[in-house]
Amino acid sequence: MPLDLDTRTQLIDGVRRFVTERLRPIEAQVAADDAVPDAVLEEMKGLGLFGLSIPEEYGGLGLSMEDEALVAMELGRASPAFRSAFGTNVGIGSQGLVMFGTEAQKEKYLPGIASGEIVTSFALTEPEAGSDSANVQTRARLDGDHYVLDGSKRYITNAGRASLFTVMARTDPDRKGAAGVSAFLVPRDLAGLSVSKPEKKMGQQGAHIHDVVFEGVRVPVENLLGAEGEGFKVAMQVLDKGRLHIASVCVGVAERLIADSVAYAAERKQFGAPIASFQMIQAMIADSKTECLAARALVLETARRRDAGENVTLEASASKLYASEMVGRVADRAVQIFGGAGYVADYGIERLYRDVRIFRIYEGSSEIQKLVIARETMKRGG
Amino acid sequence: MKVLVPVKRVIDYNVKVRVKPDQTGVDLANVKMSMNPFDEIATEEAVRLKEKGVATEVVVVSIGPQQAQETIRTALAMGADRGILIVTDQDAEPLAVAKLLKAVIAEESPNLVVMGKQAIDGDNNAVGQMLAALLDWPQATFASKLEVTADKATVTREIDGGLQTLDVSLPAVITADLRLNEPRYASLPNIMKAKKKEIAMKTAADYGVDVSPKLKVLKVTEPPKRSAGIKVADAAELVGKLKSEGVL
Ligand SMILES: Cc1cc2nc3c(=O)[nH]c(=O)nc-3n(C[C@H](O)[C@H](O)[C@H](O)COP(=O)(O)OP(=O)(O)OC[C@H]3O[C@@H](n4cnc5c(N)ncnc54)[C@H](O)[C@@H]3O)c2cc1C
Repeated sequence: MPLDLDTRTQLIDGVRRFVTERLRPIEAQVAADDAVPDAVLEEMKGLGLFGLSIPEEYGGLGLSMEDEALVAMELGRASPAFRSAFGTNVGIGSQGLVMFGTEAQKEKYLPGIASGEIVTSFALTEPEAGSDSANVQTRARLDGDHYVLDGSKRYITNAGRASLFTVMARTDPDRKGAAGVSAFLVPRDLAGLSVSKPEKKMGQQGAHIHDVVFEGVRVPVENLLGAEGEGFKVAMQVLDKGRLHIASVCVGVAERLIADSVAYAAERKQFGAPIASFQMIQAMIADSKTECLAARALVLETARRRDAGENVTLEASASKLYASEMVGRVADRAVQIFGGAGYVADYGIERLYRDVRIFRIYEGSSEIQKLVIARETMKRGG
Repeated sequence: MKVLVPVKRVIDYNVKVRVKPDQTGVDLANVKMSMNPFDEIATEEAVRLKEKGVATEVVVVSIGPQQAQETIRTALAMGADRGILIVTDQDAEPLAVAKLLKAVIAEESPNLVVMGKQAIDGDNNAVGQMLAALLDWPQATFASKLEVTADKATVTREIDGGLQTLDVSLPAVITADLRLNEPRYASLPNIMKAKKKEIAMKTAADYGVDVSPKLKVLKVTEPPKRSAGIKVADAAELVGKLKSEGVL
């Protein structure tokens, strides 16, 4: 259920204040150290950010998609690396459990996920299964009351801190593609599970991705999430929701970049006048603002429809596609408006320019979103 | 022990204040409003007293427009137990506020009042002192440290040139200075739970207090613009300038 206006305003104000007072001032430090300080992670836990999307009965906030989107937009005003710290608990790392978990599974894990005591990861991608995510090669073999997992996962966000993984693995090797895949809840401490060193990335320093390797990992049968063969369905429904969250973050980053650009353009003088008085600068501001407003409207409308129980596979893909491409253009224009300062690290604009690049790639690349949008549009006949 | 915390809705401390063109006051249209920062510190202190087991109930009172409910909700989200809103159409003057608070205190009988030393809108720094006088209670203003036992409060005060420590017997009025504590961020679950806490709606008439203004504002103007600074070449020139400006 969406929040009443008063409570929503207070919630958004609270998040905005935290972002402004605590996160924005340490962005450069987090990027330089490639780490979010533990004290800030503790503050995030105290604030309840890890539990945004966990139902209230398990200690979370149980936000509607619309409210979650509004919160994600506020969080987008700080370096996206901060959001990533709890992003998997809010999105891909927890929602499979929320949507498909048994009562026992939920009771065991959700309260810890909501409080942030348990950090979660979502492990779908593999060396041979990227955009073709149904091509999962990791094997899960039933052996008595355990499944034995063998294989490796790639680019898994938060794997270094995670104590619980949602892992997609193939239970039926005779069935190629989606049908042979099942989802598992895999605790970090099981023997045979190892996590590699973090990858060096283009942006979002402070957020980490790792390979996760499974060598004869024995997972109890009660940790199967959903039915056997339902793993791909779990993954796709999780991603549907995740796409709206990512799209909201894109809107938030764009809003911040526009505000930064406007402030800089008003201050910076050339030819005896603030550059904001030049129409070519104004045109960039107008384009960025218009596209950002369009993305915001699309995301919120889709979120409301999802809250109303409609199937929004098409619209969620369209939101993710448009918002991630939009924030790329807005970041590019921000660099242009800042000129040389946009290219110099001190101003933070080049950092955001690098940070937002990933939004067009993960949780389904732009090309994959277009495939989904076209498929769904043709299915609907228009 | 019951603690009463008065809280005021004021223009947000981040907002650049603008004077209305007709010079009758400050422009509040579409301006973000928040809880007075000193009141936030007072609320935090009261909530900490409750967490320590010294206080059993924290009641917040606001005097202001209908929207001051939001300010009370903020305090409830921080951990206060219930609220009282006395709705007034205009910004009540310090004496009227002190009289209203006295009337609330007569009903609520708190053992301690913790409040901000001043509100950042008018910066009057008057209500706490007036309230203590009206109640004939001890007061300790500008507190930077507070320890409370069943019948007394030990208060460290920030005064010119140092710190002063006072013992006041309860009930008493304490006003909070900036360094008393660092207020918490209300957690998101507590913001949602605050919705279910009670806020009693009152009017000044309920307490028989006349809030009509006794002061007359002639005009409100922006502070004069500061002229740009100058650079001096060396220490000798600096001393010369300070002398010619009459500073030395
Ligand atoms: C920072 C980061 C975090 C990540 N976090 C996670 C995580 O937590 N969990 C997880 O499981 N995965 C995660 N990933 C993996 C991510 O989802 C994949 O990288 C992404 O899905 C793309 O897969 P790929 O890298 O194999 O690229 P490829 O699939 O090899 O794609 C290469 C290019 O080919 C295009 N392409 C592929 N197929 C088609 C087609 N049919 N038509 C047209 N174009 C096509 C793609 O759009 C892309 O442009 C993360 C990746 C990164 C970089």
